[in-house]
Amino acid sequence: MMNQGLKWMVLLGFAGLMGWGMWGLPDRGDLDAPMNEKTTITGTPTPAAHYIEHAYKEAKTPNIVTVVLGDYRSIDTLGEVLVVFTAGLILILLLTNRRKISALDGGDS
Amino acid sequence: MEMFLANYAYAFTLLILCIGLYGMFFKRNLVKKVIGLSIFQAAVIMFFVSLASKMGGTVPVKWDEIPVEMIDGYMNPLPHTLMLTAIVVGVATQGVAFGLLVNIWNRFKTLEEDALNEAILEDSRD
Amino acid sequence: MKRSFESPITLLGARALAPFIMMFGLYVIFHGHYSPGGGFQGGALLAASVLLMRVASGSKTSSLILSNAVTTPMGVVGVLIYFGTGLLAMFLGGSNFLDYEGLPIPGMSPYYLRYTGILIIEVGVGLAVMAALVLIYDKMADGEVSQ
Repeated sequence: MMNQGLKWMVLLGFAGLMGWGMWGLPDRGDLDAPMNEKTTITGTPTPAAHYIEHAYKEAKTPNIVTVVLGDYRSIDTLGEVLVVFTAGLILILLLTNRRKISALDGGDS
Repeated sequence: MEMFLANYAYAFTLLILCIGLYGMFFKRNLVKKVIGLSIFQAAVIMFFVSLASKMGGTVPVKWDEIPVEMIDGYMNPLPHTLMLTAIVVGVATQGVAFGLLVNIWNRFKTLEEDALNEAILEDSRD
Repeated sequence: MKRSFESPITLLGARALAPFIMMFGLYVIFHGHYSPGGGFQGGALLAASVLLMRVASGSKTSSLILSNAVTTPMGVVGVLIYFGTGLLAMFLGGSNFLDYEGLPIPGMSPYYLRYTGILIIEVGVGLAVMAALVLIYDKMADGEVSQ
């Protein structure tokens, strides 16, 4: 329905917008970027700095990513497990007993 | 040239984003559109993880030679954590999309976009 | 997707490789504390070993490994392990939901209680992810109509 010219314009417009946005990002790995700061404006440590410093002292586990996933942010991980399990349940509801139903209808569609 | 060397990860991410969008817009088969969506998702995950790197920092697993008080020695662990679950959730979402496609094939016997639109219009008329 | 692949080379390769992939998946789950890994990655590897056998030898033969009636209860058990640890810490220990210092294991210091809590959770996550990925393949193979 939409002609090809409109689709090309949308694609090039999206690429231009993303390129203009990425031009303004700081250099990759810069230590002064806002991503890598150690204290917030008010003087308390940022979450990343707190997690790196206190992960081994509180859980005796060398892997910082597992401690953040399983201890500091464990309710978020509970939500993710529920999402994955719900996807499995949706497929059970969509795709069961198709041959039985079509045999009862007399081979329709 | 120096600007490109400092930011080449962002340029490649933009390229893969455009390839995924091209697949979603310009291909007429429904399976190819879903594959374009999954390419787009992989590019977004790669962008997030590349934002977390630090110059001179290592993987966020504690090593005995770099003490944890020196925070500049380890990368930011938060984007890695969030993208870990995003990958598995993405696989589950693609599974549901393909299940819907199996149902469409069983009902309408076609997976092209134009023929599918006409078949839905005919089906809703009677 | 229900018939086997009809090639003896593929069948021999899959039968030789699948137990090692399953063992490596268990290694990745249980060593998530010391090296990159954990529950999600180990669950995906375990599902990959089961799916390799299903593609190579058909749905009927490889239901000896993991039958259709076991997959859904296994996913439910995985989610219940996760919830059960949280509720156990809340009701029997006296602290908040999913706060591992309240787990009722006698004679462990609070640091090792957190260590054990994270380990139990990773096992639950691995089971749930494995069950979901195998279930996606099984139900799609059920839904095809042979013409």
